Amino acid sequence: MTDAIASLGRTTINALTVFGRAFIFLIRMLASLDIVFRRFGLTLVQVYSVGVRSLLIIIVSGLFVGMVLAYQGYITLVNFGAAEALGSVVALSLVRELGPVVTALLFAGRAGSALTAELGLMKTTEQLSAMEMMAVNPYRRIFAPRFVAGFLSMPLLAAIFSAVGVMGGYLVGVGLLGVDSGAYFSQMQSMTDWNEDVLSGVIKSIVFGFVVTWIAVFQGFNAQPTSEGISRATTQTVVVSSLAVLGLDFILTGLMFGAG
Amino acid sequence: MADPAVEDSPHIVIENLCFRRGRKIIFDDLSMRIPRGQVTTVMGPSGSGKTTLLRLVGGQLRPDKGRIWVDGQEVAKLSTRRLYALRKRMGMLFQSGALLTDLSVFENVAFPLREHTDLPEDVLHALVLLKLEAVGLRAARDLDPATLSGGMARRVALARAIALDPDLILYDEPFTGLDPITMGQIVSLIRRTNQSLGLTSVLVSHDVTEAMAISDQVVLIADGRVVDAGPPDELEARASDWSAQFLQGRPDGPVPFHYPGASYRDDLLGQGERRDD
Repeated sequence: MTDAIASLGRTTINALTVFGRAFIFLIRMLASLDIVFRRFGLTLVQVYSVGVRSLLIIIVSGLFVGMVLAYQGYITLVNFGAAEALGSVVALSLVRELGPVVTALLFAGRAGSALTAELGLMKTTEQLSAMEMMAVNPYRRIFAPRFVAGFLSMPLLAAIFSAVGVMGGYLVGVGLLGVDSGAYFSQMQSMTDWNEDVLSGVIKSIVFGFVVTWIAVFQGFNAQPTSEGISRATTQTVVVSSLAVLGLDFILTGLMFGAG
Repeated sequence: MADPAVEDSPHIVIENLCFRRGRKIIFDDLSMRIPRGQVTTVMGPSGSGKTTLLRLVGGQLRPDKGRIWVDGQEVAKLSTRRLYALRKRMGMLFQSGALLTDLSVFENVAFPLREHTDLPEDVLHALVLLKLEAVGLRAARDLDPATLSGGMARRVALARAIALDPDLILYDEPFTGLDPITMGQIVSLIRRTNQSLGLTSVLVSHDVTEAMAISDQVVLIADGRVVDAGPPDELEARASDWSAQFLQGRPDGPVPFHYPGASYRDDLLGQGERRDD
């Protein structure tokens, strides 16, 4: 019994220690953000590596999610004679929920794990240490540009995901199932509200981008400098950031739509 | 630098240094002085904290007790800005080379120059070639660090370490894992760099032959303290039992071959501590 309590205490203390370290890391990274304005090139290279290189998986997934949404939506809507509303169903699902959430999950798997592995390996091979000894602050030179790049790329990727999803829905709904093309878009236009739907999705994707990139960069920085340590840190990035995204999505949805 | 008081003062002074990792004591009241403009090697068995000592000198770790001065400045008390200013005058060669893997050989050597100076591109280009020529790798400038051998990586790292013309270079195990030819190249490079640039070199190593050949001063450490120190020939002449065992690589002596424990006889007769108790 005492063992169980002791191990619970130990686990809690360890978890709090990691959270504290992550928070201090975030503060130090935010304090180094001036580098982003002074040398935007550093961030731009990272936008390419975390953002542009994630495009393929985002576009393909967006297309298929949109197509499946159209199928599923059509099957239900046609029972009520409301197949014309398909455009708004697809768009609302994507813009409010699936765009930000699925993009964040894919982003954690594609870009987050890559960031963690890269930084963990840099730590293991003493590259971060060498940089410090060359009087170059790794928070400025390495961490901050990567953090900002992830934070900037996520909302853009989510927007691309939703846009491609809408086109996927169009392909299936209009091309395959015979929904009227004009109705698909006009319903979408009239039912989708800029503030309530689009903006709430954008806010979600910004929050997810912040959290996923923070977790990924911190896990790389905090990794044990061994091959096992890097593999554990990479797994942690995907698991922790996926859970964080789903949990935060629930809270944000509650805050945005719950009161209404 | 013209001030004779500065010229004669030691480059690094370590006083009563204590440092521990968890419960393990790495340094226990260690003191040493490293003279300016010479090659000093700190030798000791594996796990005696040689690399840790370099990290303490470079300000990457802080001592639990005791003080370290580099060039008259107490490292642990410096603000980040002043510590970084001190590091700009300090080069460090890591055992692995620690080259930045996303940059070419040329860009690795150019890295400290790009970060800390505003040199025009043609001047920077000439400077990098000069440094690479000094280590014999000018023609390898476009290679990727991943394609270099261990010895080449270490030479590129040396070119990078001298890029900002430091007055102190710290070498972490520079001779480990090299073939005889590369070893010879590194040995001569360290000696030549020290003479031509007039800088202070501090090596940590356990390769006795090379270290004794190259050094002006040798410091032997074990169990967290300085066991012996002096010029190599003096050290060999008056070596204590421990130093003699270390310098001549004898398998047994004051440092026993066997891990301390119950005697072999007792263990066999079952009178020692039994593992299944």
